[in-house]
Parts: sequence; structure tokens; C-alpha cells
Amino acid sequence: MKYIDEFQDPELARGLLDEIRSTVTRPWALMEVCGGQTHTIIRHGIDQLLPDQVELIHGPGCPVCVTPLEVIDKALEIASRPEVIFCSFGDMLRVPGTGRDLFRVRSEGGDVRVVYSPLDALKIAQQNPDREVVFFGIGFETTAPPNAMTVYQARRLGIRNFSLLVSHVRVPPAIEAIMRSPNCRVQAFLAAGHVCSVMGLGEYPELAERFGVPIVVTGFEPLDILEGVRRTVVQLERGEHSVDNAYPRAVRPEGNPAALAMLEDVFEVTDRAWRGIGVIPGSGWRLAPRYRDYDAEYRFQVSGIDTREPAQCRSGEVLQGLLKPHECEAFGTVCTPRTPLGATMVSSEGACAAYYLYRRLDMNKTAPLEASPVG
Amino acid sequence: MGHGGGGALSAELVQHIFAPAFGGDTLAQLGDSASVQLGGARLAFSTDSFVVRPLFFPGGSIGDLAVNGTVNDLAMSGARAAYLSCGFILEEGVELSVVARVAEAFGAAAREAGVEVVTGDTKVVEAGHGDGIFINTAGIGLIPPGVDLRPQRVVPGDVVIVSGAIGVHGVAIMSVREGLEFGVEIASDCAALGGLVEAMLAVTPDLHVLRDPTRGGLAASLNEIAAASGTGVLIQERHVPVPAPVANACAILGLDPMYVANEGKLVAFVPREHADAVLDAMRAHPLGRDAAVIGAAVDAHPGMVVARTGLGGTRVVDLPVGEQLPRIC
Repeated sequence: MKYIDEFQDPELARGLLDEIRSTVTRPWALMEVCGGQTHTIIRHGIDQLLPDQVELIHGPGCPVCVTPLEVIDKALEIASRPEVIFCSFGDMLRVPGTGRDLFRVRSEGGDVRVVYSPLDALKIAQQNPDREVVFFGIGFETTAPPNAMTVYQARRLGIRNFSLLVSHVRVPPAIEAIMRSPNCRVQAFLAAGHVCSVMGLGEYPELAERFGVPIVVTGFEPLDILEGVRRTVVQLERGEHSVDNAYPRAVRPEGNPAALAMLEDVFEVTDRAWRGIGVIPGSGWRLAPRYRDYDAEYRFQVSGIDTREPAQCRSGEVLQGLLKPHECEAFGTVCTPRTPLGATMVSSEGACAAYYLYRRLDMNKTAPLEASPVG
Repeated sequence: MGHGGGGALSAELVQHIFAPAFGGDTLAQLGDSASVQLGGARLAFSTDSFVVRPLFFPGGSIGDLAVNGTVNDLAMSGARAAYLSCGFILEEGVELSVVARVAEAFGAAAREAGVEVVTGDTKVVEAGHGDGIFINTAGIGLIPPGVDLRPQRVVPGDVVIVSGAIGVHGVAIMSVREGLEFGVEIASDCAALGGLVEAMLAVTPDLHVLRDPTRGGLAASLNEIAAASGTGVLIQERHVPVPAPVANACAILGLDPMYVANEGKLVAFVPREHADAVLDAMRAHPLGRDAAVIGAAVDAHPGMVVARTGLGGTRVVDLPVGEQLPRIC
């Protein structure tokens, strides 16, 4: 097993930076698809170290950020019910719905629990046969297989008090939507390595060809990012646009067949709304009809929720790479991690959170200290 | 829950509700312990409550924590703890054998720290209204003459030293609480720091400030010092000692070791001219073997903590809002 330090070695980083500098001859705009990559870039100051000609545009790949407000409001409503134990990964708890978040629901008496795996939620269902256990199944191709596996297991074990509130999204349709946008400046993509470790590379050559963009599969450590940028810049300078795997230690071209089979069995492709962006055709998964009994949307008829997106929030533009977080008027003033307008400010993979946490020092606009909500 | 996480929310609860309601200049200093004059003696006085789950974990228990937590708060004033009080709040139904084990651990930790438990209290709450055992401790100790530890004494140029590996306690607790296994067992670093602080003060009483970075981790302590002193703090990220198992566990969970709790570590701001000698003294003590210089107080960015990243970039190290949350993927 490789340890993290080996992928943060300053000497190797300097070497890659030198190669990028000696390769680049004109400006290029690269989009890193995944929010995890965005955080690595900002946390380690990689964007500060790259030559000025290489601009990194932050993409829509934060699963928490793109979960539609309507789904979050449904989650809040279901989690408030006394018969429900609502289970979620930790970083969904601070994401604002209309007027409140899951933390607030918990403080109001809702049984909201943080789990580290959907299978933990299934265990809770087994231990609490008289309660309804709902797991918030969100995310990209990375989290979809374990969530699918959990539903598969629930049915296999005959567990009836478990369901999934599903809002899964897929990367390739998002890439297509970004490239079709009239304002698109993206010339190449650093694809999300963990997505490809599940799905393989098969979905990407057609996109690279159709839009004439290099797509380089990239990991998440600083050296992974620099190697991804280096390979992307080499392609751009040569006028090439192919799919290149710069993350072979995790990604096989065929992906993970067992995970793919589980997805195929449990989910089906559907149109999906992305928070701040809108509906992207074919960009999501929902439970297949034979698993409908495990779909929380069917089990809990939620009606009468009044979903209202804050007018000032421009996270949709941030997620499409049209706006840098600190260029938003609300950034660091009315919108902070404590008083977030959108999920991008609180998610651990959100671009606005990355800029707020790590970059306040050297931005044009220095964020003032937050006003206290206490007292 | 965020108001108990040791981050910005905790600080605001204290600053905006408790401190104004209670008043008093000593409290307003908001140190880990209060320095009070009583007759001719300058005393350090501190209290802390312990609500950890599970009650027993690799490297310690709630009993050890309840002693060491208060002993360490006193040590951060330069005082060696002398007397300790002990309040047990038991939940109806908790096994007496469990209470006995915790009490044994409490007593053993007190003896090891050289502190006498002189008064106590026991209460029982109904089943469902507690978490097995809660403990409150309060302690007093004598501050030696010439010792004046407080963030207001920090000046640009001070060297920042940590006494050893960070993030260990928080990851140890997480590994047992959440049933996570990281390939190697990580034991809590829970320990009493009075002896280490004495060894440091023996080199020079002119240490500027000490903090034990518990909840909120190293990042919270550095931010508190930066804010209270009005100086900037610049740390070299690669010099912060993070053991590989902690780094790997944090990477898996999407946590930053800088924000993970510690229990037997301290961070010191030391005048530059004394830094080498203090570091040597720390390394000669068993609890400071892995002490390391991680940065300095600086003129730039007053009140703010900034890290030079391993690759050569810079980033702000902010006060956490509440507790860190493990991420989705």
C-alpha cells in the first residue's frame, strides 16, 4: 500500500511543475470535474504554483452540492417524522434546505444519525424493527454501488423497514451539458478517478471526440492532480483530444464489473435535476421498478413542501465553472459556512467552502468576520 | 451539538452568553484555567466536564480523561495540579462494575499525575437521560513565581512548538465509537502534562503561552492564540507531526488532522532565543519525545493562522465551525 506522503512529495511536484511550465505556450482552461480535486487544488495551493496560462475551472462534481433543494426538503420532512430513523453521511447534515438543515431537524427531536456506510443504516433497521429507517442515497457513480448493494441486501434478507431516498447523478451527461453551454470556456477535463474506478473509461471517448476535448482521468493527491494537468496540457499543445488514464493504480479501463452489475440490477437511468443547474437528461439513477418498495419517495408520500432557493445564491454558476466563488457578491458576507445560501459553502467538497476555508488571505476581497448568531 | 465541538460555535456560546452573564475580569481572559490571587499565592483554577462515548477506548477511559483534562488545563497556566474535585453523574442502569472500573482508572490517573482528589459528588439521573457516566472535575494548583502564560504575551518571532504527534486521540475514539478499523490499532495519547511543563519551565519561566489542543484540535488552539494575541501565525504544514495511521484514517474519512482532538499534547509559543533549549528539554521528557517546531508568530495577517503547504503554496487554517463531519466519498 502506498502512503499519502509519496503523493505529496515536493521534489516530484517541482519536477512536474517544471514540465508543465516548459510545455505550455498559450492559455488553457481545464475543468477538474470532482469537488475532491478542487479541495486538493485549493488546500495545497496548486493553482498558485501552476503557470498563469493554465487556469483551473472548478466543476460540478460535488455530490452534496448538486443534490436538488426539493430532495433535501423531502429529506427534512421525512426525517422529522417520529417513526423514522434518518441516516446520512455526515456532510449532508449542514446542507441548507428551505429554511433549515438536518442538524436543525435533529435538534428539534428528529432521529437523524450519521453513518459511515449505507450498510450501517441497514444494521440499524435490523436492530429497530418497529421503526422506519431511511438512508439518504446521494452521490455520483462512486457511492451508487454501495447504496445499490444495500437495497439488494435488504431485499435478500427480507428487511422491510428500510428504504433509500435516492438522488444519484452521473458524470458524463454533466460533461455534455457543460460543453453544450453557450458560455462554456472549458477546453479539457480532469475526470474524476474514483468515478472511473467504478465505471471504467468506456463512456468518455465519444465525448472527447464529439467535443474535441482531452479527458484525462485523474486522482486526488497533489501529484495526481499535477500529473493530470501535465498530460492534459501536452494534449492541448499538440492539438489532440483523447482519453488518457493518469490514475492507473485505481482505474482499470473496464471499471469494476461487480459494481457495474449491482448498478445494472438495482438502478435505472433517469433525468435528474441538479441543484443550481436544472434538469440534465439521463443524468441520474433511480431505483428500478422491481425495487420500488425500497424507494423512500414511494413509501413516504411527501407533499406540500414549499421549496425556495435563495435568490442571491449563484452556486449554479460556480458549479458550471462560469463564476469563481469569490466573484459572488454574497461570498463571505451574507454567505459563510455558518450562514450558507447554498450547499457549495458547506459541503466538504464544495468550491465555495474551499475558497472560504483556505483562500481568504490572498483574494481581492477579504471576507469580514462573521456576525454572531448568538446573542 | 456544534456548540460543544470546540470550534467557532463553542467560542461564541462562551463569549456571547456565559461570559457576559457571569461577568468578571478573570473569566474574560478565557484561558484553559483561571489565574487567581489568594493571599500571597497565585493559583490556577479550572473545571471541565467529560461526556465521552465509549467510556473505555484504546489508551484510556473517561476516568483518565477526567483527571488529565483538568490537570492539563492547570498545566497550561504553568501550575502543577495539587487538588482535584470529582463529580460523577450516573445514568440509572449503568453497571456498578463499570463505575468501579472508571473509578479505578480515575484514581490511578490522579496518582500518576501527583494530584489528590479531595472532594466529590454523585448524582443519578433516570435511564435515557445520560450516557452511562458523565464526570466533572475541578482542580487547583500553584503557579510558580515568574510564570505568566497568556496569549497576550505572544510577539512576532515567537517559535511555535508542538509536543508530539497530533490527531491521535480523536482517531482512536472514532475507531472504537464508529466501529472503524484502520489496519492498525490507534491508542489515545491521553496523559497528564504537568511534568512536561515543569521540564520546560525549568529551562525558562519565560514561555509566552501554552495550550493543550483538545476539541477543535491544533487548528482551534492556534486560532485562539492568534485572535487573542493579535499576531499572525505561520506554520509549515510538513513539519506538523501526523503519524501515518492518523493521516490515513483522516484521508479515508475526509477529515483534517489539524482539527482532530488530542489529549496528551501541548502547543507552546516560546521566545526565539529560548526555543532550542526548550525543544531539547521537551525531547528529553517521555511525553515530549517527538516535539517539533512547526512555525512562528508573524507580523503578517494578524489574528489569522496560515499554513505553508508541502508543495509551497499557502492556505488559511480557519477555526472550525462546529464538529468535523466525515464526507460522502
